[in-house]
Amino acid sequence: MDTILEFFYANKEAIFIIALTIFLGIEVISNVPSVLHTPLMSGANAISGVIIIGGIILVGHADLNNLNQGSNLLNLILGIFALFFGTLNVVGGFVVTDRMLEMFKKKKK
Amino acid sequence: MNTLVETISRGDIILEFSYLLAAIFFVIGLKMLSHPDSARRGNLWAAAGMLLAMVTTLVLHREGDPLTTVKTGNLIIILAAIAVGSVVGAVVARKVKMTAMPQLVSLFNASGGAASALVALIEFSNPENQSALVTLLGLVIGSIAFSGSVIAYGKLDGKMKDIFAKWMSYVNLLFMFAVIAGVVFLMITNAPMETKQVLVYALLGLSLVYGITFVMPIGGADMPVVISLLNSFTGIAAAMAGFIYQNQAMILGGIFVGAAGMILTLLMCKAMNRSLLNVIIGAFGGGGAGSDKEAGTIKEVTVTDAAVLLSYSSKVVIVPGYGLAVAQAQHVCNEMEKLLESNGVEVKYAIHPVAGRMPGHMNVLLAEADVPYDKLVEMDEINPDMPNTDVVVVIGANDVVNPAAFDDPSSPIYGMPIIKAYEAKNIIVMKRGMGKGYAAIENFLFYDEKTRMLFGNARDSLQKLVTEIKSL
Repeated sequence: MDTILEFFYANKEAIFIIALTIFLGIEVISNVPSVLHTPLMSGANAISGVIIIGGIILVGHADLNNLNQGSNLLNLILGIFALFFGTLNVVGGFVVTDRMLEMFKKKKK
Repeated sequence: MNTLVETISRGDIILEFSYLLAAIFFVIGLKMLSHPDSARRGNLWAAAGMLLAMVTTLVLHREGDPLTTVKTGNLIIILAAIAVGSVVGAVVARKVKMTAMPQLVSLFNASGGAASALVALIEFSNPENQSALVTLLGLVIGSIAFSGSVIAYGKLDGKMKDIFAKWMSYVNLLFMFAVIAGVVFLMITNAPMETKQVLVYALLGLSLVYGITFVMPIGGADMPVVISLLNSFTGIAAAMAGFIYQNQAMILGGIFVGAAGMILTLLMCKAMNRSLLNVIIGAFGGGGAGSDKEAGTIKEVTVTDAAVLLSYSSKVVIVPGYGLAVAQAQHVCNEMEKLLESNGVEVKYAIHPVAGRMPGHMNVLLAEADVPYDKLVEMDEINPDMPNTDVVVVIGANDVVNPAAFDDPSSPIYGMPIIKAYEAKNIIVMKRGMGKGYAAIENFLFYDEKTRMLFGNARDSLQKLVTEIKSL
C-alpha cells in the first residue's frame, strides 16, 4: 500500500499530466468525420514514435570507451536498433500520412 | 548565492521548454488532423514538434557525472541510425501502393512498439533506473504492440489466414495472466540482478507470444479496430518509457496518442455496433449465419444487360468495398460514374464506416481517383434513400451489405449497421467468385431475387461495362 502511495507522490506531476492528457485526447478526437479516420490513425501512429527521444538519450549517453564491460555493447546495439525502429515509425508515419492527405487536397478545386 | 539559471544551466531550461512546445505542437497537429481543410498542415505541425524535440534532445540533453551533453562519437552513431531509419521509412512510405496503406500503418506501428520494448529492455539493466514498474510495463506493452502489429500486417497482406478455435480464448487468457504474474513477480522478488536479467528476457518472450495469440484469432471486419488498439498501445508504451526519463514530451505525446487511439478504437466498435470486449474475445468463426437456411439460387447478369440497366436508371448508388481496392478499380469506377452522369444518371457512393480494411479506406481510395467529396455519402445519410434507388452496384463489398446483420440474430455480425442495399429496386453485385466475405459468413443479398451477379475482377468488369455503356 505504501509503495503505491509513494509511487503516486513521487510521480504526482506526471500523473496529473496523464489524467488531463487522456481527456485532451478524447476531446480532440471526438467528432472526427470518418473520411479522416485512416489519416488520423496514421498521424497518431507517427506521434507514438516519440519513443525515439528515449533512444537518443540512451545511445547519446552510452559509454563508448567501456564497451566490453558487462552488457554495454549489447545495450548499445539494442539502442541503435531502437533508434532505427523509432525513426522508421516517425518518418514513415508522417510521410505516409502526408501522402494520404495529399490526395484529399488535390480534390479541392 | 547562485540563481536558478546558474545551477541548472540555460540549456536544461531551453530543453524543457522545447518539450513543452513539442507537446503543444502534437496537440495542435492532431486537432488539425481531424478537420479535412487543415489535416495536411496538422500533420506537418506534429512532424515539426517531433523534429524540435529530437534536435533539442540531441544538442541539449545532459547526463552523467559530471553532466555532459551527447559526445561526438555517440552523436555520429545516432545520426547514422536516424539517417538509415529516415531513408527506409520515407522510401517505403512513398513507394507502397495505396491498397497496401493499412498494412503499412500496421508495420510502422510494429516498429514503434519494438523501439519502446527495446528501450525498456535496456533500461531494466540500468542500476540508476528507479522506476522498475513503468519499465516493465513499457516492455510488456511495447512487445505486445510489436508482435500483434506484425500479425495484423500479415493478415491484412493476405500472408496469414485466420486461425480460430474456442480453446484459443483460454490460451489467450492464460498468457495474459502469465504476463501479469511475470511483472508482479519481477516487482516483488529479491532475486539478484543476474536472475532478474534472465527473467526479463522470459517476460519479453512471453509478451511477444501473447501479442501473437491476442491478434491471431481476431479476424474479419475487425482488423481496423485491432490496428487502432495496437496503435494506442504503442503510445502508452512510449509514455511508460517517458516515465523512466521523466521526459514530459514522451509522457504527454505517448498518453495523448494512447487516449486518442483508444477513443478512435471505441468509435470504430460503435460503427459496428459491438463492444471492444466482443471484438477481442468474440472472434468470428466461420459458418455461423443461417447455415440451416436454404441458400436459394444465384442469378448472373451479362455485361450488356448490366450496362442497359445502369444507363436507363435515374438513380444509381455504388457501394465500394475491399474488392475495389484489391482490383485497383477506383479509376475505372470513376470513369463509369462520369459516363453515367453524362447520360443524366444520378450517381452516388455509399460509404460504410468500416468498408475496406480500415475506416475511411474507401474515402482515401476514391479520393485518389478524383471522385469529388460530395459524391461520397455516409451510410446513415444514404440508407433512407435506398428504396428510391434504381440500381445499387456493390463492388467488392460483402459484409457491409449483408442483410443478416439486420434480420438474423444468430449471425456473428447481427446488429452491425449496414448499407441497406436490399431495399433498392435492383442490385448488381460485382464479385470475383462465390467466396465468402472477410467475416466468412453467407450473404443472402446474393440470393435476393432483385440481385444479379457479375462475376470477375472488379476492374475488368467495370472496364467492360464502360465500353458497353459507351457503345449503347
